[in-house]
Amino acid sequence: MNERPVTDVSGLPTFGHGPRSPTWWGTLAFMALEGTGFALAAAAYLYLAVSWPEWPLSAPQPNHWPGTIVTLLLIASLVPNHILDRYAKQCAIVPVRIGLVVMSLLGLAPLLVRWFEFPALNVYWDTNAYGSMLWVLLGLHTTHLITDVGDTIVLTVLMFTRHGYSGRRFGDVGDNVFYWDFVVATWLPIYLLIYWVPRLG
Amino acid sequence: MTGADLTSGRDLRAEAQAKGDLAPEHDGPRDTGMEQADLQRWLERTWRTPPGIIGALSSVDHKVIARRYLITAFVFLCLGGLNAVAMRVQLSGPQRGLIGPDLYNQLFTMHGVTMMFLFAVPIVQATGIYLVPLMVGTRNIAFPRLNAFSYWVYLSGGLFAWVSFALNMAPDVGWFAYVPLSGPEFAPGKRADVWAQMITYTEVSSLAVAVATIVTILKQRAPGMSLDKIPLYVWAMLVTSFVVVFAMPAVMITSTFLILDRLVGTHIFNPAEGGDALLFQHLFWFFGHPEVYIIFLPATGMVSSIIPAFARRPVFGHLGMVLSLIAVGFLSFGLWVHHMFATGLPKLGASFFTASSMMIAIPNGVQIFCWLATMWDGRPVIRAPMLFVFGFFFIFVIGGLTGVMLASVPLDLQVHDTYFVVAHFHYVLIGGSVFPLLGAAYFWFPKITGRMMSERLGRLHFWLAFIGFNAAFFPMHIVGLWGMPRRVYTYPAELGWGNINLFITAGAVVFFLSFVLFTFNLVHGALKGAAAGNNPWEAGTLEWATPSPPPSYNFARIPVVTNAEPLWAERDALPVATGLRVDARELLVSTVAEAHPDIREKSATPSIWPLFAAFAVGGTFLYSIFTPWAIVWGALPIAVTLIGWFWPKGDLEDEE
Repeated sequence: MNERPVTDVSGLPTFGHGPRSPTWWGTLAFMALEGTGFALAAAAYLYLAVSWPEWPLSAPQPNHWPGTIVTLLLIASLVPNHILDRYAKQCAIVPVRIGLVVMSLLGLAPLLVRWFEFPALNVYWDTNAYGSMLWVLLGLHTTHLITDVGDTIVLTVLMFTRHGYSGRRFGDVGDNVFYWDFVVATWLPIYLLIYWVPRLG
Repeated sequence: MTGADLTSGRDLRAEAQAKGDLAPEHDGPRDTGMEQADLQRWLERTWRTPPGIIGALSSVDHKVIARRYLITAFVFLCLGGLNAVAMRVQLSGPQRGLIGPDLYNQLFTMHGVTMMFLFAVPIVQATGIYLVPLMVGTRNIAFPRLNAFSYWVYLSGGLFAWVSFALNMAPDVGWFAYVPLSGPEFAPGKRADVWAQMITYTEVSSLAVAVATIVTILKQRAPGMSLDKIPLYVWAMLVTSFVVVFAMPAVMITSTFLILDRLVGTHIFNPAEGGDALLFQHLFWFFGHPEVYIIFLPATGMVSSIIPAFARRPVFGHLGMVLSLIAVGFLSFGLWVHHMFATGLPKLGASFFTASSMMIAIPNGVQIFCWLATMWDGRPVIRAPMLFVFGFFFIFVIGGLTGVMLASVPLDLQVHDTYFVVAHFHYVLIGGSVFPLLGAAYFWFPKITGRMMSERLGRLHFWLAFIGFNAAFFPMHIVGLWGMPRRVYTYPAELGWGNINLFITAGAVVFFLSFVLFTFNLVHGALKGAAAGNNPWEAGTLEWATPSPPPSYNFARIPVVTNAEPLWAERDALPVATGLRVDARELLVSTVAEAHPDIREKSATPSIWPLFAAFAVGGTFLYSIFTPWAIVWGALPIAVTLIGWFWPKGDLEDEE
């Protein structure tokens, strides 16, 4: 078929931040499917909690302090996370490198506390269904946390190489910031479910 | 006129600078003003799949991956069909001793697992992988390496299931694997573990394809293809992909809970320790019912492509069709409980789900009437693809009617777990999906191979399939009403079900033979079919603007869309965009609603790492049916392969 040129796109940029970038939309889609998984796991917990009048099945209440410290650390990490986002949009390589190092450390810190969070649940996964669901919820979020921290560390190393100063990589940093927000946001309802719902009864 | 958009008069470079896009850029030769032969040489060099075995295993071309998907799914269809024929031979007479109960349980489990997870969903997604980028006018799918990864995951997940069958380790708990029968108490050994891990693993593949499809449609549409100009097939794939994203996690959660109960001793489904077996069914069917529409919606998109091409006019009620697709997608999530009417639900809940189950007939009815109106208003030419569309109408409407019957609680309680239900869902699934798929095969085969299939054999294939299907499945309604239960490997002679079952088996054999004929037509067409040309059906959507088969780069220049059927609107010369680099895999990224050109972004180059990553994930899942430590040790190779995948290679010019 013959062609008739009507548009010249050579002046367009070669990368974009946020919703302009396909990767941002891909990240959003992954958040949707992971969020659905979390929501279903939470729904399963509530289904069992409503099904059994004696919930949490005579198990002791979980010690909420390690979980609360994780929550505070995660909320505090949002501030440098968004500062990093601003520098990524400006394609400012040095502050982005510093910001990524900070975010890697702020990702590792809640993981360290999380190590103490599992025994503080005061119930094992094989004690009863209540214990199973607590371990599943915490395990799901821990997997989520580990994968994102791993991703952040790899990106940090990458930004210190010659490949770092590239529009595409600054876009990746922006998407990493976006995803970390999601990691924090998914934790809050899980935190309430694990530590405060058992105290309601 | 560098930087200018001739359709709107906008200065794109000035706009980009105003938005702060001051990133480091590299420059290279562009397609602007280049001779067609030179342009094609440049593009072929840039976009081709590298030669050799390693090159083939590294391919990220959506068409190469889609062809692999299609062939693999077709092989699984044949295997699942052989399972069905074996079951039907066993049931052709009372108390036949051909197959014992243990093997029969494996056969019907493998039949269901194969048809649902390894054929139906993958083949509709594979069709989308092939067609969506062509229909939206882009050079490749979004996230091509993720797409390649999804194929290797799918292939190895399918092999996982079928090798376990060959080793007498196949799951024998039904494709739904209800607890407690699949739980640690009633299903010792590894069969149910194979089901659980194979399901989780294979669904990773579906989710990856769904994400890639969504982003391709939202961000890579040709300039001008605003929401009202998106072809209906592409709309159907977009809605389907959203349904996949929100439904598939449910089955992954279900299978993960099951493996945890079996492998590490959790009690999620164990009522003795505060769990609940019914929770399994809720989670499973929250996926399972949308699954029907994951299979059906793309098929409606295929019908919406075939009918206008042969009726020679655009689909009647384009907007109504789009709204119906979206409505079906939403409503599909509100029906799952009708699979559980016999479990003793509260009456209010049963009434709600009866109403929602019946309500979905409305948007489906709208689509059917729009298709009929299109044909009524056009001048239909009856070729093989249209015959399969007519077959779809007949069979799917019967399936829909029995669906409305089953949505009624009293009738559902009467026929629950009988062959009436088997008849219903085969009418829905085969009528609603397989017949449109067969029509689509005849319709798009010329585009994929560059050759035509035999029309005469196609017509014979249709009649064999139509007669065989109805002979096999319509009598199942009757034998179901007589009370024959499903999932039984035999029945006593005195019940009088022998003759009707013999007739059903004969129908099933005829139906199977129709696929043998189809296979012959496919192979014969690919080797000796007449040359097809670019657009043998004179259809109006963009995939027909490319040569048949399409080159590695799809389009020499990216088309600009002014109409929902651009090839009918622009018969003399296709408007195109220029200015993309030809020495790098550059894609045009557009805005979500209006599809204005927004970014020139590089697409991924071929890579072997998606294959290695699939091996790492697959090995981890396989090993995890033996020990939970597999997840810990498997994390290391998974991380290494993902870093290899993500890490840029070569010099800066070669970066994705």
